[in-house]
Amino acid sequence: MTITRRSMLTLSVGAAIGVVAGMRSGPASATAEDAMAKVMEFAGGTEPATGTITLDAPEIAENGNTVPVSVSVESPMTADDYVESVAIYADGNPSPDVITFNFTPMSGEASATTRMRLAKTQNVIAVAKTSTGQVFMDKKEVKVTIGGCGG
Amino acid sequence: MASVKPRVKVPKSASAGEVITIKTLISHPMESGQRKDGDGNPIPRQIINTFTCEFNGQTVFSCDIEPAVSANPYLEFTAKVGEAGTFKFTWVDDDGSVYTEEKEIALN
Repeated sequence: MTITRRSMLTLSVGAAIGVVAGMRSGPASATAEDAMAKVMEFAGGTEPATGTITLDAPEIAENGNTVPVSVSVESPMTADDYVESVAIYADGNPSPDVITFNFTPMSGEASATTRMRLAKTQNVIAVAKTSTGQVFMDKKEVKVTIGGCGG
Repeated sequence: MASVKPRVKVPKSASAGEVITIKTLISHPMESGQRKDGDGNPIPRQIINTFTCEFNGQTVFSCDIEPAVSANPYLEFTAKVGEAGTFKFTWVDDDGSVYTEEKEIALN
């Protein structure tokens, strides 16, 4: 087949569409369902209650690369009744897992702070599990101006 | 990696039974595995995946870290001090490297 001007034109338009479509398929993103599935897995079948746990994150994060996030759970932190672990999930990141804190009665308090990456505006979820089998959850929406997952 | 440097802030002394705050930071790129290099090839994941804090041999606090934690992972947590002793901090890298740091605390 000889390349005419017309066929060249359609070829290049096709190629351009292909490139644009290819660029759009960035990192796959988790959904709210994925994050909730993780929460239920962590909770081990117990329905998470609200309260007792406080998740603290900024309402608006200018830079998604470092978003400060802290959790604290009210607990006596004695050998019979303490917070075993607190997991943080983000429902709009490529993978919902962020971090899991494991406490012991020697921690004194069930509170911790770290910095996380957020790809876009999304909900951040914290779930706590106590040694007595109670599960608590808190959720907060963080608006992200510049996403932090690289491209 | 020579650039990995742990930094820890622990009070020099505490009264018995006091709950102290410990701050740690380790310089590490925390490559998430999601980014691509200039040629479009994915950059392999390399993060600190575990952190542990022990006091006189007993675990006080630990955490499992995922790629969604920022570069130079910063952690702040608490510990109840019942006696004088040594805090030992351990970070485990995906490549198997282990970084440690120790801090003494006295009772006043």
